[in-house]
Amino acid sequence: MSAASHDAHHAHDDHGHGHDEGGAHGTLKDYVIGFVLAVILTAIPFWLVMGDVLPNNQMTALVVMGLAVIQVLVHMIYFLHMNSRSEGGWTMLALVFTLVVVVITLSGSLWVMHNLDTHMMAPMPHDMREVP
Amino acid sequence: MSPDLVKTIFGRLTWDAIPLHEPILIGTFGVVALGGITVLAALTYFKVWGYLWREWLTSVDHKKIGVMYIILAIIMLLRGFADALMMRAQQAIAFGDAAGYLPPHHYDQVFTAHGVIMIFFVAMPLITGLMNLVVPLQIGARDVAFPFLNNFSFWMTVGGAITVMLSLFVGEFARTGWLAYPPLSGLAYSPDVGVDYYIWSLQIAGVGTTLSGINLIVTIVKMRAPGMSLMKMPVFTWTSLCSNVLIVASFPILTAVLALLSSDRYLGTNFFTNDFGGNPMMYVNLIWIWGHPEVYILVLPAFGVFSEVVSTFCSKRLFGYSSMVYATVVITILSYIVWLHHFFTMGSGASVNSFFGITTMIISIPTGAKIFNWLFTMYRGRIRFEVPMMWTVGFMVTFVIGGMTGVLLAVPPADFVLHNSLFLIAHFHNVIIGGVVFGMFAGIVYWFPKAFGFKLDPFWGKLSFWFWQIGFFFAFMPLYVLGLMGVTRRVSHFEDHSLQIWFVISAFGAVLILFGIISFVMQMVVGFMKREQLADKTGDPWGGRTLEWSTSSPPPAYNFAFTPVIHEIDAWHDMKQRGYVRPTTGFIPIHMPKNTGAGVVLAGISVVVGFAMIWQIWWLAVISFVALVASAIIHTFNFKRDYYIPAEEVVRVEDARTEALRSLA
Repeated sequence: MSAASHDAHHAHDDHGHGHDEGGAHGTLKDYVIGFVLAVILTAIPFWLVMGDVLPNNQMTALVVMGLAVIQVLVHMIYFLHMNSRSEGGWTMLALVFTLVVVVITLSGSLWVMHNLDTHMMAPMPHDMREVP
Repeated sequence: MSPDLVKTIFGRLTWDAIPLHEPILIGTFGVVALGGITVLAALTYFKVWGYLWREWLTSVDHKKIGVMYIILAIIMLLRGFADALMMRAQQAIAFGDAAGYLPPHHYDQVFTAHGVIMIFFVAMPLITGLMNLVVPLQIGARDVAFPFLNNFSFWMTVGGAITVMLSLFVGEFARTGWLAYPPLSGLAYSPDVGVDYYIWSLQIAGVGTTLSGINLIVTIVKMRAPGMSLMKMPVFTWTSLCSNVLIVASFPILTAVLALLSSDRYLGTNFFTNDFGGNPMMYVNLIWIWGHPEVYILVLPAFGVFSEVVSTFCSKRLFGYSSMVYATVVITILSYIVWLHHFFTMGSGASVNSFFGITTMIISIPTGAKIFNWLFTMYRGRIRFEVPMMWTVGFMVTFVIGGMTGVLLAVPPADFVLHNSLFLIAHFHNVIIGGVVFGMFAGIVYWFPKAFGFKLDPFWGKLSFWFWQIGFFFAFMPLYVLGLMGVTRRVSHFEDHSLQIWFVISAFGAVLILFGIISFVMQMVVGFMKREQLADKTGDPWGGRTLEWSTSSPPPAYNFAFTPVIHEIDAWHDMKQRGYVRPTTGFIPIHMPKNTGAGVVLAGISVVVGFAMIWQIWWLAVISFVALVASAIIHTFNFKRDYYIPAEEVVRVEDARTEALRSLA
């Protein structure tokens, strides 16, 4: 992030009508870097799937998901201009909270549903393909 | 006309959808229509339409929006409670040969509607309304962060409520229970419009709830008066913050789950079906990831109200302010890791069940800490037993019982016996009535003079409290007994006559609660008639401690002529201690947001979209959806969003207040 991005940070209007954006704005360079990274991170998964590059599908899926996570980070840093200092740390706090909730929701659901499946469902062949 | 053409024009909507063969519904419709016509005629006769539109319906003033939320909640409470009375009456008489007066398919709609309405259209508007009314005043702000969004959120909530009410007279409501578990709510078992009404009303209202959550978080984070650090915020503002964080984090899950269910019903996907790899239990899992935080969304603001009431009516600083804040935050986090206790019996193994059982028991620790904080605040305090304080003491007694039965249910082996029984019903009514409803009533009585400039009538207020309190025990203690004997919920007919007496006692309790509700409305009516006598000219009728009591009652449109500067917790108490002198000169113009009708328009079109989707009138759905997007875009070109209240106007209002205060001295 360039220092210029903080110049746009207005003093807060104490009536708060929503016309005051109050956030940091990126420079053209930031947007270009972000765009190029996003394109690369989108192209790689396509190449991996279309070209059958990796030995098995499971590994391909894992790599694609890993790249998706990096893609999310690129968007947050270059397009949403998030860093640990913006808005006095509130953005970071909100992000951490979001991550905690998402991790709880996803890992909890996987754990609960997997446990349930092993206890309740004698898996049928056509179900096996759909197990999360 | 050919049947095909009729179907294209009207979708699934036919004359059969109008329940002409149901005398109960026709009677209800008659009463509603008569009441509606009377109200409309009265509004026209007194020529208040223009006033209503300009000053209330299009208002972006957080105080008026808060009041409108609470009015919506009270209206919907009457509907939800009518459902409750119908169920109690049915269960009290339907034994053996007597079939009762409600056929099962109607009874199933009644209990579903009761649950949906009470949670989404009574409890939620009550807390959102109270937060809207009080939070900006408590933090010394002039409005919320996004005033138009606030108005829009309110009307979307109304839109959801209207959609539910439509199902009474056009078609039917879901027969699935308030969370609409598949496969019962799937297309195979509920092919008709009931579940679609459920889905669309919650989706429409959910937009409003989520946006108002975002709005209030931003308001609390960004618009506190100078000097009010987080640890100097009033406890109600703290609990509101946590509650709104929960709303923003959990309501998208509800939206997503309902979207998946709609996709199963409309597009033929198989997320939650029994076949083709679908898994209905995934729905149960996901909806409770929303559903458990929802419980705390409701009860945290109630805890905030009790904290304010206890410290005001004991004339003491709240005992253990920081422990109260930490307890609130801990509950916020913990509420995300307990959801499985709603379905221990679904078949998870011992490891999963014990994990969620233990986290559930842990959550009672911060809650218990709060109870002790309130008790220690009362200890050696000068307690004034005014109506809000009575609700608070009633809450402490009732809620502790509900909490203990909750810990009982948190033990997985015990839950295998008690789950889906009336014991569970008694438990959650115990915490929701004893916690949320008592809390909101305490809050309404406490802040009413702030909103309207006169107190509610204390006689009817006390009567309401006693009817509710005693009625609650009569209505729900028998259900604990029945639940322990193994009676399950959602049953409309029984064979065993020995159970009947318990249901009769419970129905008697429901009638007492009816008197409680009537008294609650009466305290407003009588309060209004005696408003001269009960008037609050000081702005601080209870000897309050937080900022909202520093301004006049009702507050001016701009709340505070000058933004207050905060040095202490209990800012207003601190200002009074230090001999605060109200500024009477030097007023400047105040920048305020302008009213707009866009919220009403957008929510109205949303209801049409929902109705078209429910009845599968595709042309209408497409047209109204395009109209919805277009109206939203057109609204963005409305640049006349703000104005200045001229300094002379501020001087006039403030001088009137100075005069009023002088006449009291």
